[in-house]
Amino acid sequence: MYILKLIFKNAFRHKLRTWLTILGITIAILAFGLLRTVISAWYAGVEASSASRLVTRNSISIIFTLPLSYKERIRQIDGVNIVSWGNWFGGIYIDEKNFFANFAVDPKTYFELYPELIISPDQKAAFIRDRKGFVAGRKLAERFGWKLGDSVTLRGTIFAGQWDFVMRGIYKGRDNTVDETTFFFQWDYLNEKMKKISPARADQIGFYMIGVTKPEIAADVAVNIDKTFKNSVAETLTETEKAFQLGWIAMSQAIVTAIQLVSFVVIIIIMAVMANTMAMTARERIGEYSIFKTLGFGGRYIAVLIFGESLIISMIGCAFGIAFTFPAAKSFGNALSNFFPIFNVALETIYMDIAAALLVGTVAGIFPTVRSISIRIADGLRRIG
Amino acid sequence: MKIPFSYNLKNLWTRRLTTGLTVGGMALVVFVFSAVLMLAEGLKKTLVATGSPDNVVVIRKGSDSEIQSGVERIQASIIETQPEVAMGENGVPLAAKELVVVIVLPKRGTDKGSNVIIRGTSATSLLLRPQLKIVEGHLPRQGSSEIMAGINIAKRFKGGGIGETLHFGMRDWTVVGIFDAGNTGFSSEIWGDVDQLMPAFRRQAYSSVIFKLRDTSAFDDFKKRFESDPRFTLEAMRETRYYEKQSEMMAKFLRILGISLTIIFSLGAIIGAMITMYAAVANRVSEIGTLRALGFRRSSILGAFLLESLLLGFFGGFLGLFFSSFLQLFTISTMNFQTFSELAFSFDLSFAIAWQAMGFALIMGFAGGLLPAIQAARMPIVDALRSA
Repeated sequence: MYILKLIFKNAFRHKLRTWLTILGITIAILAFGLLRTVISAWYAGVEASSASRLVTRNSISIIFTLPLSYKERIRQIDGVNIVSWGNWFGGIYIDEKNFFANFAVDPKTYFELYPELIISPDQKAAFIRDRKGFVAGRKLAERFGWKLGDSVTLRGTIFAGQWDFVMRGIYKGRDNTVDETTFFFQWDYLNEKMKKISPARADQIGFYMIGVTKPEIAADVAVNIDKTFKNSVAETLTETEKAFQLGWIAMSQAIVTAIQLVSFVVIIIIMAVMANTMAMTARERIGEYSIFKTLGFGGRYIAVLIFGESLIISMIGCAFGIAFTFPAAKSFGNALSNFFPIFNVALETIYMDIAAALLVGTVAGIFPTVRSISIRIADGLRRIG
Repeated sequence: MKIPFSYNLKNLWTRRLTTGLTVGGMALVVFVFSAVLMLAEGLKKTLVATGSPDNVVVIRKGSDSEIQSGVERIQASIIETQPEVAMGENGVPLAAKELVVVIVLPKRGTDKGSNVIIRGTSATSLLLRPQLKIVEGHLPRQGSSEIMAGINIAKRFKGGGIGETLHFGMRDWTVVGIFDAGNTGFSSEIWGDVDQLMPAFRRQAYSSVIFKLRDTSAFDDFKKRFESDPRFTLEAMRETRYYEKQSEMMAKFLRILGISLTIIFSLGAIIGAMITMYAAVANRVSEIGTLRALGFRRSSILGAFLLESLLLGFFGGFLGLFFSSFLQLFTISTMNFQTFSELAFSFDLSFAIAWQAMGFALIMGFAGGLLPAIQAARMPIVDALRSA
């Protein structure tokens, strides 16, 4: 108990220096936590995906479409429960800055397949009834202040023209892993307009979403679907929803890796700062440590003193850092909601914060400890400043 | 009177460990700072170099890129005959009707696929991009299922190397040539004959028409006349402007990332410098007293400590820049969000970046040293001398 008191007294002997170091560690842990959260936000789509859903798209690439007629043929395959379909619309609301995801979907089957999107039955009925209707996520509706009955116009980039919609519902996520920033409208509306302006592009679908009866048979169903359309004009590629999402992440892998690297660099930087503090502290106290040795305390005692001090400082910094991570992540997430619809601090992030702080505290203590233990008593006592 | 410069250097040397750690921390910050700037610069350079100011890209109005665009055959033919289009040998208009789509190819070394741009080209396409050179093999023959791959594709993607085949559109396509278009987006594309690729992909319309201006200053007049022509729902852009727009989102992302990282990291480094300098002052209280007693002014003391801190910044900046200059050997290949396709670009260290990084390092040194230097300068002589 006494040694703990001594360590505390030592740690706060140089108040200014200790608080500066704690501040530095707080900032570093905060930055580390935010960067880790950015990475987990990147993977949010994967986390939210279900094992019993498949995505079928054109095997050439996502920009090629599949005929609507595949719908019935997919439905006939064993193990297929629900078939839903949609198109990435890529519409722009007023300005490119207002980016959000917008899809044309088949409303009945889509909500059946995605039970995590919660919408009241009468809003859903109103959406299905109105060909020009749309449903927006709660956060998206809040962002632009849309209310039921409001009309919204999107400018098409892939499908040319101005497209008018009327808001018919707001959906909520079942839990906080569900993206609440998406805009859904009726696929029939898109298709009917395409029939008029560009008949060659009508009855074409971007991707099918398929619900299978049991998650265990998902892989077999995927193979069967692809086999059905082998050597046809539009060959398909069917993956589980998870693999589909991971495919997107793999394409921007370089950025994820860069953020990961940077998150480690910030720890190394703070390690240098912390090691510096500890080196100075130990150098100033080298005389004291020599006195301890003269009194008969062993090297281990001195090591405990130095490591303890180092760990106390880094853990206090870590605690502040973690405490600030939550409000910071919240405001960061609001500011970047169009890049990252989901921005939650994961429990693993907190564990990694603590591990990083322990590492910093330990590494910073090594060099001063070695030096203080190995110096000869007479040299230690002789040294000034 | 000024305190000699060697005094500062010797002081830093006496406390080598502390100096080294502080400089090391700053060097890392400068490294990250310049790395992000170099990446943004490399991206900009690549996309700016891709376009030529004399070329005009015509795409469908409202579409952001060639991939989303569609230009009907009849419209494309009308564009070719516009008076602003330059003429090549034998009176052939220097205009290319192109198809741009993306296909998924697996990367070498992994099985993960990534999107690659495949461009259906006309015979004139090459004349419009003089920077493109064949480095291996030969040009694909018109009317055959031969294709050529950009150098970044050949290196990174399965099926992109010479002699390899790709399968799409129910046909096999053989890579007969590798081309290098320098530091441009074209080096990350695959090229083939547009008249072969269009039926293979079941496309009835071209994606874009690119032509060379007869007179580069005629662009504004052309744009005004062309975009008010009721026969078209198309939009004309200089090629340089077009490629600049393609990189906007990515550049913005890099900028936001770079600025926020730099601010956070520099706070850490400034704190590091501050701790070092406060300790330097605290360790030398009696020394400062002696210097004052010898007749050095407060301003000299302030200057000496500031200089010492600036030196820390200078060494940190120098070291950081030194290591970041090696980054130029690396190439980053990632998805450009706006075109959904792979783009390779490298780190590029320009003089402007070197100055900015150095200036940034000195600012960090200054910010870290200011408060401790003021504390040292304000110390009363008698107290300082007595403290020893």
